[in-house]
Amino acid sequence: MAEIRNYTLNFGPQHPAAHGVLRLILEIDGEVIEHADPHIGLLHRGTEKLAESKPYNHSIGYMDRLDYVSMMCNEHAYVLAIEAMLGLEIPERAKYIRVLFDEITRILNHLMWLGTHALDVGAMSIFLYAFREREKLIDCYEAVSGSRMHATYYRPGGVYRDLPDEMPQYLESNFRSAKELAAMNANRQGSLLDFIADFAAEFPKSIKQYDDLLTDNRIWKQRLVNIGIVSKNRAKQLGFTGPMLRGSGVAWDLRKNQPYEVYEKLEFEIPVGVTGDSYDRYLVRMEEMRQSNHLIEQCVEWLQSNPGAVMSDDHKVAPPERLAMKDDMESLIHHFKLFTEGYCLPAGEVYRAIEHPKGEFGVYLISDGANKPYRIKIRAPGFPHLAAMNEMARGHMLSDVVTIIGTQDIVFGEIDR
Amino acid sequence: MSDLKTQLIEEFSEQNLVEDFGDLTLSVEAKNIVKTCLRLRDFYNFDTLIDLCGVDYLTYGQSDWDSNASSSGFSRARDLQGESRHQQRFAVVYHLLSVRQNYRLRLKTYVDEASPIIKSVTKIWTSADWYEREAFDLMGILFENHNDLRRILTDYGFVGHPLRKDFPMIGEVEMRFDEKLGRVIYESVSIEENVSVPRVIRK
Repeated sequence: MAEIRNYTLNFGPQHPAAHGVLRLILEIDGEVIEHADPHIGLLHRGTEKLAESKPYNHSIGYMDRLDYVSMMCNEHAYVLAIEAMLGLEIPERAKYIRVLFDEITRILNHLMWLGTHALDVGAMSIFLYAFREREKLIDCYEAVSGSRMHATYYRPGGVYRDLPDEMPQYLESNFRSAKELAAMNANRQGSLLDFIADFAAEFPKSIKQYDDLLTDNRIWKQRLVNIGIVSKNRAKQLGFTGPMLRGSGVAWDLRKNQPYEVYEKLEFEIPVGVTGDSYDRYLVRMEEMRQSNHLIEQCVEWLQSNPGAVMSDDHKVAPPERLAMKDDMESLIHHFKLFTEGYCLPAGEVYRAIEHPKGEFGVYLISDGANKPYRIKIRAPGFPHLAAMNEMARGHMLSDVVTIIGTQDIVFGEIDR
Repeated sequence: MSDLKTQLIEEFSEQNLVEDFGDLTLSVEAKNIVKTCLRLRDFYNFDTLIDLCGVDYLTYGQSDWDSNASSSGFSRARDLQGESRHQQRFAVVYHLLSVRQNYRLRLKTYVDEASPIIKSVTKIWTSADWYEREAFDLMGILFENHNDLRRILTDYGFVGHPLRKDFPMIGEVEMRFDEKLGRVIYESVSIEENVSVPRVIRK
């Protein structure tokens, strides 16, 4: 009888389905996975080390680059930790803006997840549809912060600036007629809030479209149902949070269980799965998009009728107004001090977490009273999820590994830090 | 939350429990870590280990520049006043979450600089596996009884523990492709550490 041996397969780091730079060493028996060993760190940039040498505000931009498909949520946890240490209260309007953009970010993230997950599994067109909607939300990012991805919009004390009254419009060009241009700019005539309200009104139709394409699709179900089942208890043991935990049937959401900002005033529901397989996690994330859309509607409504400040007036932390600096010496001093040496946090340590689209994103901050963090530890949700790869993939076929990577919603920026 | 606090004070005494910015921190001796974690998981329902990390207290509260350069200037680069010294250089910090009871707890334990070894908690929470590998990789803390204590985030064959405070920010080696040898080689860094950001100040 011929000798049959397991063999080892190198998957990635240059592989379109590896979502970046994942290197998997797979031990395979035939086509069945015996052991999966993810090698990570190829995108390690030493964010934690870099943050230790810079004043607090300088590191907000690094947070965007952690999970680079849900930028503002990363910033949120970081500024929450700083605000907790300073004991800073932020204006109500800033809280609503943060919630609004957290939910926009959640949709951004889930659309990216949906597109790439489906693409990996073999559904090409959904990727294009998902990016069509994503583009509009990225435009909201750009309108509010000037940057399409790395916004640096949340600051300790509030948000960088108020929502703009005008939505940027497409310009004339040789490639489009006047009629086409008018159609493209039709929902950009009012303010940013009007644009978002328009998006929120249209978005359920888009979700319906994705739903029609995938939910009852025979191939989609064959690839997802009963793949990567994680039970309730195992999910907690493995440190799962967010949709990965909810997909296993645990109704746990920091927005409900440990509310921050204004989530306790808003109305939304937490979807949970039943069997804990990839298909359940798909359904959970789809429902989360609908709930996020509902949250966006509520925030837009509140923001349209409640103007006000969006930044704390504590000028030790928040910059003074540009105009005030012209003839007020104190403002000038505040501005100079803030932008040269920053501010000091009291000595101590704090952990603050938010419900990030991928799970619990936490920031553990240790201060020794200086204007720089002594130690900062970023708790990335994807890290324990990927750590469970071996357990989830064992016994499945090689092609299911791709489904499992997709269902975990892996982004290397946050895992490698 | 307050129930948890009173219970913990009863069991672990008041001096080991600190409430800071609304977070509860329980100090544990390194030799008791497994016992305490088991107790916390089984009796207090801490079903999830949210995070585990190492901390290096080498330069805690020290000024990184000399502020006595002039006699008249105002010296703000001073050391942290009061209790700035930690009894040992390294700490291991565990963040626990109870999904069932909805509360959190931070466990903190110090390990010796000469032999930074602590018992692994992978048998108690599976998620500790990669976190302990990370703490070993970046901070050089060793976890006894860990099945697979390899480096995780740094390069294959990396030397040193980058998050330690005595590890230079610019690193120690740089990598390039050598045409003659036809392979990637490592050399010691050619750049100098350059501080272009504000120095440490304290109030």
